[in-house]
Amino acid sequence: MVQRLKEVDVVIIGVGMVGSIVAKELAAAGYKVVGLERGQPRFTVPDFQGPAVHDELRFDIRKALMQDNTRETVTFRNHGSETALPVRRWESFLPGTGLGGSHVHWNGQTYRFQANDFELASKTRARYGAKFLSPEVTIQDWGVTYADLEPHYDRFEYLLGTSGKAGNLRGKIQPGGDPFESPRSRDYPTPPMKEHYQGALFRKAATELGLHPFPQPSSNLSQPYTNPEGVKLNACVFCGFCERYACEHYAKAVPQTIILPVLLKNPNFELRTGCQVQRINLDSTKTKATGVTYIDTAGREFEQPASLVITASFALNNVRMLLLSGIGKPYDPATGKGVVGRNYAYQTMSSVASFFDEDVIINPFMASGASGTLINDFAGDNFDHAKLGFIGGAFVGAVNTNGRPIQYHPVPPGTPAWGRGWKQAVAKHYNHTVMFSIHGSSVPQRQNHLDLDPTYKDAWGQPLLRMTFDFPQNDLKMAEYVTARAVEIGKAMGAKQVAGNPRKGPYTVTQYQTTHNTGGTVMGDDPATSVVNRYLQSWDIPNVFVIGASAFPQNASWNPTNTIGALTYWATSALKNQYLKNPGRLVSA
Amino acid sequence: MSNLSRRSFVKSIGATSLATAAPLAAAPLLAAADPAVSQPHPPAAHEEPLYLFFNAEEADFIEAACERLIPGDDVGPGAFQAGVPNYLDKQLGGAWGSGERLYRSGPWQQGTPSQGYQLPFTPGELFHTALRAIHAEFKDGAFKDLPAEQQDTYLKSLEAGGKDLDGVPSAVFFQMLLQMTVEGFFSDPVYGGNKDMVAWKMIGFPGAYASYYDLVDKHGVKLEREPMSLASDRHGMIHVHPNIPASL
Repeated sequence: MVQRLKEVDVVIIGVGMVGSIVAKELAAAGYKVVGLERGQPRFTVPDFQGPAVHDELRFDIRKALMQDNTRETVTFRNHGSETALPVRRWESFLPGTGLGGSHVHWNGQTYRFQANDFELASKTRARYGAKFLSPEVTIQDWGVTYADLEPHYDRFEYLLGTSGKAGNLRGKIQPGGDPFESPRSRDYPTPPMKEHYQGALFRKAATELGLHPFPQPSSNLSQPYTNPEGVKLNACVFCGFCERYACEHYAKAVPQTIILPVLLKNPNFELRTGCQVQRINLDSTKTKATGVTYIDTAGREFEQPASLVITASFALNNVRMLLLSGIGKPYDPATGKGVVGRNYAYQTMSSVASFFDEDVIINPFMASGASGTLINDFAGDNFDHAKLGFIGGAFVGAVNTNGRPIQYHPVPPGTPAWGRGWKQAVAKHYNHTVMFSIHGSSVPQRQNHLDLDPTYKDAWGQPLLRMTFDFPQNDLKMAEYVTARAVEIGKAMGAKQVAGNPRKGPYTVTQYQTTHNTGGTVMGDDPATSVVNRYLQSWDIPNVFVIGASAFPQNASWNPTNTIGALTYWATSALKNQYLKNPGRLVSA
Repeated sequence: MSNLSRRSFVKSIGATSLATAAPLAAAPLLAAADPAVSQPHPPAAHEEPLYLFFNAEEADFIEAACERLIPGDDVGPGAFQAGVPNYLDKQLGGAWGSGERLYRSGPWQQGTPSQGYQLPFTPGELFHTALRAIHAEFKDGAFKDLPAEQQDTYLKSLEAGGKDLDGVPSAVFFQMLLQMTVEGFFSDPVYGGNKDMVAWKMIGFPGAYASYYDLVDKHGVKLEREPMSLASDRHGMIHVHPNIPASL
């Protein structure tokens, strides 16, 4: 028996970072908003407190904050010719669940994308010619420009209190910052973090090589901060338990520390947790959404009517929600037609380990999620690709975040996997190794996509999302090139042994790489190649907005969160100032 | 000596004490005079763990195998002294062993290496099944009684794969055993391994400390303090900032 609830103005699927911001803005504007969160409510006090939060086994290895695979997972295959099988346990990427979403367990690394990234197809054509890339690579422009998003990046960074050093203030290059960044209207709200030893060694070597190191922008804060919402954050203490963990110190900017305290006080907003949305409901003409149907933790089914539906869940779940609801034409890789599930992309992660003698004491456990030092010299289009045969790049940085030993015990290549040789190498190198992350871009290509699995179901009987993905040759070439540059930095540091580990194919779900899954409900100017318009409004159902990294047409060289935040404020601004005043299409199809 | 399991030690000491009960009673007095006696093997603190999941034969194999994966040596104690078999026993006998967070719907089919674990066994079922098959192989003598080199050779044969352990590919079993051995060695002692934080002391990991604000930019500083376990923190060292409000 489905219980039909009273209609509201807005229903939001997922109360993470995106959902919290949209809800706060629209509730403050006077609209009745319901936020449906599938997971549990949870707060810094009492849920994230020490000492229990400093438990590597529970949070890193058993993945306590992540989506429960027994209820919902995805199926995966490298190629369309294979049978996709369930990811029975998360390893490669880690979707979170619960109030605050995946943002609770992020590292706080807060980069902007560059102007070039938003016009990647046209800029690549202009600089390298129309035939530079394989026709299989389906990069495209976003439909928004960096200039459109700059005020929204700024607003999001001030909400978070991000700690950093500007490199380009209104076109003027600033010493000590990132000279490659696109112009920002003002500096970061708080100064950079203290630099850890790995970062300092990297900075010295990179400078000697003529590169341009700068402090990693961090939303674990360098000092106490009160954000424009009036919420207070504290300074990070470098405990070394950041990503995959919730922060006990009010130092990491997550919904609980920056916006939920305001949102939850607004009587126009109602939070409902434990609500598993099954689908967005459409009217009989299939041109308008009427609300959503969800099932609560006790198994009761509800219909929540609403004038406006916003999907604000993790990228993969946004895509699945549209597919389950029959919104937009599913993508078919055989014909290249259809849009939902198209342009799924990821992040191409490589690494370098530099091994020092025992007199260099690194203390890898003294770290925050974002207290390193990096360069953008080989990121994006900051270097000439004409003779390289690929586009894109990676930031290279000593951005180590922890020394938690189940996961972190670097040993040189050739070390046995177990036994006395392994143990002695672990003891010898644990505190004397510098790790670089090479955080690479990801181009979409025709065969990589998301759709519904024909066989495997979730705990509610609905089809799982099916992922078909392998690394494009473009990205493997990029990884090899940038890793070789990073090895040069490792050698310039004076390390005794430097081991580069460029990403190789095939993509596997058996080892952690990153949780930066993007695409599938891509934004753009053309309904033939995008699911949502430049305001993240569905081309097919104008009272549905889809907000998140699922909107990225391809992924850039940096962590996506800041761009998700900017897109959220951009879309919310269009909702408040245009759509809700006069509901309808914001862009004519 | 490192190839002998703790169970063997306990059994042999038990036999000795029966035969020489009276001299052992005087041992504390002798210990002060004789350094050899003052460092008995195994240390007195190592009682037989109470196994809830493993039967006696399984425990014999696990104790001996873990000690080969992370042997005791001059660098520090091995997996056996660190209590790793006890960690495995409690994990496999609990929610994890029963398939916590493991998607368990069929159909079941073997995938490509990229697709990861696709067996219907829970970790608990996988260990029982594989260990039964291993025990059957050693019907003329136990794995624990082999010399260390032969134990290593056998473990390498499991690792190499190609051996079927009653439906469990030996390489899958080996990798799960190795992964869990590393977990038990390095995880917080509250889970039953890393006894006395021996693994953390070996590498210099300080454990569940909360703050390095004052040290992070003192590059190269040598940290001399003892590590801290989750359980060490009962006496008021809770990392809460009482002055920061939970809300406005």
